[in-house]
Amino acid sequence: MTQIAAPGRYARPEQWPDVDLVDTDVHITPRSLDALLPHLPARWRDYIRESGVTGLESDLYPPGSPLSAIPGSRPAGGPPGSDPDLLRTQLLDAWGTRFAITHCIYGVDGIHNPDWAVAMARAVNDWQLAEWLSGEPRLRGSIVVAAQDPQRAADEIDRVGHLPEFVQVLMPVRARMPLGNRAFWPIYEAAARHGLAIGVYAGGAGGNPITPVGAPSYYLEEYVLLAQAFQAQLVSLVSEGVLVRFPELRIVLIEAGFTWLPPLMWRFDKNWKGLRREIPWVDRLPSEIVRESVRLTAQPLDEPDDPRQLLEVVEALGSDRMLMFSTDYPHRQFDDPVRSAPIGLSTDAMTRFLGGTALETYRLNGE
Amino acid sequence: MARPRPPLVDCDIHNELAPGSLRPYLPRRWQEYDETYGNRGDGGSSYPKGAPRAARTDAWPPSGLPAGGDLDFMREQLLDAYDVRYGILNCLSKANRQQNPEYAAALCRAVNEWQVQEWLEKEPRLRAGITVPYEEPALAAEEIDRAAAHPGFVQVLLLVRTDEPLGRRRYWPIYEAAVRNGLPVGVHFGGGRANPLTGSGWPSYYIEDHTAMAQAFQAQLVSLVLEGVFERFPDLKVVLIEGGFGWVPSVMWRMDKHWARLRDEVPHLTRKPSEYVREHVWFTTQPIEEPPDPRQLLTVFEHMGGTDRILFSTDYPHWDFDDPDRAIKARLDPETRARIFGGNAMALYGLNA
Repeated sequence: MTQIAAPGRYARPEQWPDVDLVDTDVHITPRSLDALLPHLPARWRDYIRESGVTGLESDLYPPGSPLSAIPGSRPAGGPPGSDPDLLRTQLLDAWGTRFAITHCIYGVDGIHNPDWAVAMARAVNDWQLAEWLSGEPRLRGSIVVAAQDPQRAADEIDRVGHLPEFVQVLMPVRARMPLGNRAFWPIYEAAARHGLAIGVYAGGAGGNPITPVGAPSYYLEEYVLLAQAFQAQLVSLVSEGVLVRFPELRIVLIEAGFTWLPPLMWRFDKNWKGLRREIPWVDRLPSEIVRESVRLTAQPLDEPDDPRQLLEVVEALGSDRMLMFSTDYPHRQFDDPVRSAPIGLSTDAMTRFLGGTALETYRLNGE
Repeated sequence: MARPRPPLVDCDIHNELAPGSLRPYLPRRWQEYDETYGNRGDGGSSYPKGAPRAARTDAWPPSGLPAGGDLDFMREQLLDAYDVRYGILNCLSKANRQQNPEYAAALCRAVNEWQVQEWLEKEPRLRAGITVPYEEPALAAEEIDRAAAHPGFVQVLLLVRTDEPLGRRRYWPIYEAAVRNGLPVGVHFGGGRANPLTGSGWPSYYIEDHTAMAQAFQAQLVSLVLEGVFERFPDLKVVLIEGGFGWVPSVMWRMDKHWARLRDEVPHLTRKPSEYVREHVWFTTQPIEEPPDPRQLLTVFEHMGGTDRILFSTDYPHWDFDDPDRAIKARLDPETRARIFGGNAMALYGLNA
């Protein structure tokens, strides 16, 4: 298997410009379900104990898979991403991170019982505040909601959305309906009300096969095809008019890849020219709306061998304000940190990539 | 004077059935079944197209037949008008995805017989794909073995939205039969039966259905490669029809990147995923992606590793028809143009120049 190259110590590369670094994709997780129990009402603590529930981890990252953890990220007594001290030394200090945007993708989205899902989301948010966000000023969190119940999801956003520790609301790329659907609009309205971004993350509910042609056989296929699930959500968010109705809202596609975006915009624009009478509220080219409202975290880069070709794709995005640096910590997306950014960006574009765009997107400038 | 044009091969033309077209080709049992129960395919989910039968408004023939259903009018509007040397028919019927497997097989056989009698025997410029009941691979293989005897059939035709990813073993008898008969397998836009269009269920609009079709093609390409279909069938050629190609570099890079990390899971692959794509897979052009700067299309060709797998197509008579004279706005050198507009297709399908 691939080895970490000697110059590739997991740290900020020395040749990068000395500008604010914002890491827009950092995964945190409870050591175990027990860590959440103090934040749950007695009814749900009893329910969990009586039902024999031992954990709700997402199965998107099989614990033994070479993608799931960088070396040294597993603390004693917990999974990678469960120890704030280790995260400080291995990530924030080593990379000189000004801000890191954290996500907890604990299995709220897979729960069918809406009352339990709402209680779990609330518990995850209180746990994040208590264990991570209050004690580390470099971290900014993402509000977990039970998208199963959009009205109560909006209530949860209203409960914690005013806190400066939170900058984003998480929505799953695999939901029960495409994310543009009007049923979800109370969530977008609440996010817009509090100036929060909507982060669409890899993972979510089962129920529908991840591809339009059924469930794939291998984990490798499933991970590769996550990009297609993101594409469908982007098409939905634009077609249903979410981004026209909420022009201030920023949608961040997390861990989606991005090399697929230029050809998708070309196809979508062409179809809009022929079919726009079907969606008259989409009043300009889909690509214009996407460039304005959508941001993407950079890992996985899905880069070709020739860095020049990646640069050509970045140029084809038509905007240097869409891509945002990320490590996807603790997942192992790259071995040489120099390769965690497109090689050959102009200084301006690199500055925006490393932090500028994220500072704007998450409104971190006033800090 | 216009420069002489290279021979044009249109790799995606739709010959449309009219009501009653298949009747002469169906055994009595299936005629009666057809009249009593009829089509049971999609379970009713539907996205009304932007136009009746998704056709160009000017493609409805004066004969009263459906758009694409009248050979004389097709000659006038497409084959003669654009001096098409060869046209590949991909007949889109509901025959291939009926729930009743024997009915599906009988309908597919009737469609193929109808294609022979009404199209291939009447027009030497036309070739066709063999319609097969692809969710019943054993029956599909039988139909391939039967129909392939007619030289007008140059590929096996599947639709892209299948019940399971096409790399899975249940479909392998189709590939075996295709290779046995020396035919490429064409996978065309459309289909659908069991699975919602997205990992989050059904979207609301036809524009989403049409735009998201590319994701179905991507899923099939990934499945065919990662399941090792091309290891098992080294002579298999696959043509992805009406799925676009702008996304191909992105899928190749992404597969290669994650395969490098996770290859232990797929030890049946002996090469990088992108190498199988480069060797085994062809792409038709329509609906061609239209980047704001036409030169970006040339960049895509470069990222794909060349233009030897690109096949020009119009999708006549559908609303999103690509005009041979206007669809590709980038400036192509004469060799590249000749390859894309005809040479690649003639080599793939064994057509004489």
